[in-house]
Amino acid sequence: MIIDIFLNSYPLFLKATWLTVQLTAVALLLGCIVGLIIAFFRISNSKPLNYFAHLYITVIRGTPLIVQICILYFGLANMVTLSQFWAGAIALAVHNGAYIAEIFRGSIQSIDRGQMEASRSLGMSYPLAMRRIILPQAFRRAIPSLGNQFIIGLKDSSLVAYVGMQDLWGTGLGEAASNYKQLETYMVVGLYYLVLIMLFTYFVNRLETRLAKGKTLRKQAKDTSVAA
Amino acid sequence: MIEVKQLVKSFGSLTVLKGVTLSVEEKEVVVLLGASGSGKSTLLRCLNFLEFHEAGEIWISGEKVDPHKTNLNHFRAEVGMVFQHFNLFPHKTVLENVIEAPVHVKGMKVAEAKELANELLKKVNMQDKADVYPDMLSGGQKQRVAIARALAMKPKIMLFDEPTSALDPELVGEVLQVMKQLAKEGMTMIVVTHEMGFAREVADRAVFMHDGQILEQGPPSAFFENPQHERTKQFLRSIR
Repeated sequence: MIIDIFLNSYPLFLKATWLTVQLTAVALLLGCIVGLIIAFFRISNSKPLNYFAHLYITVIRGTPLIVQICILYFGLANMVTLSQFWAGAIALAVHNGAYIAEIFRGSIQSIDRGQMEASRSLGMSYPLAMRRIILPQAFRRAIPSLGNQFIIGLKDSSLVAYVGMQDLWGTGLGEAASNYKQLETYMVVGLYYLVLIMLFTYFVNRLETRLAKGKTLRKQAKDTSVAA
Repeated sequence: MIEVKQLVKSFGSLTVLKGVTLSVEEKEVVVLLGASGSGKSTLLRCLNFLEFHEAGEIWISGEKVDPHKTNLNHFRAEVGMVFQHFNLFPHKTVLENVIEAPVHVKGMKVAEAKELANELLKKVNMQDKADVYPDMLSGGQKQRVAIARALAMKPKIMLFDEPTSALDPELVGEVLQVMKQLAKEGMTMIVVTHEMGFAREVADRAVFMHDGQILEQGPPSAFFENPQHERTKQFLRSIR
């Protein structure tokens, strides 16, 4: 029974869940940094930087994640010492970075040109205008797509199981192989992922509504304080 | 104050400015008139180096500015610009919009900048909306905030690029009122506008542009009553 599997295995799976969460969090944080850098390369005026960013995105989006993970773990790990965790995290970061770069590029370019012109006309330098005026607006606009990419990233992290990591999926594979109850075990694993993603979605949605309402709320707060 | 000599600017194969020469004295209010596509806005944008001219010279306060060599941020800070579409920063309150550049460009202390901002907001009659976000404002209010924001850098000259063109008719007056006040206080201004009433009443000089060149200029009284060129007459007829 699925309940028995669940009850018997939960200490193991909770540990595995924690690893999945850590791995995904580190990978996506790095992925955002990579993504932001690549996005700037893509919108910069420098031809070599444009070219590099374009190449990066083309190669990463054009090859399967599992291949990238294996190249990093089995290939590069021979040249540099890389722990299993960091090999996985870096592979996921590099992979997600390409998609996140496109999300950032799109949201930065979606900000009205007048914002940059107004900033420059006030004497702000390009980097200052980017940091103070463009990026805060672009980040806000990127949140829905970014949340979506994070969900994909969390699920894709399961592929590190194939280089031997005992994350959720890796643990599930091991359990099923020893208890011969594939259907129930895999359903339990699916349930863990589902709960993780539902929790995450809940927080992203809350963040979105809060940012959308932020202005109105602050205004209301002020109005009521004035009335009182 | 500002001197422009034989300015040329093109976008691709389209030459928008074909050798414009114009000089604006301190405290002078110059109104740029002309049909759309005549190069008024481009000229204004070149003066603030949002566009780089290809040939000719721009002199500001006796210094020749080469956009490819000079540190432009310094000059842009001295030349205030007001845009047709306001371009307020939507993620910042009215007050934050105004103090942004003084604090982060000039390094002014926040308290000092707030004091300055409140003064300027009072001047444009927006002091009650200091903590409101631009989304909550009407077009006329936004433009008045934009003027305060530009003034916060204490510019030597103010450029207005069709400041009332995006406004509902009943909101035009409040913005023009602020601009009149500024002119009265001795601000040097170059204004691209279609508001002939403003041009007649406030401007020291009207400049008519046609096809990338200055065709005719003079004091508003002479310009409006007795235009010399056929093209100017046509234009003045069409907007009446």
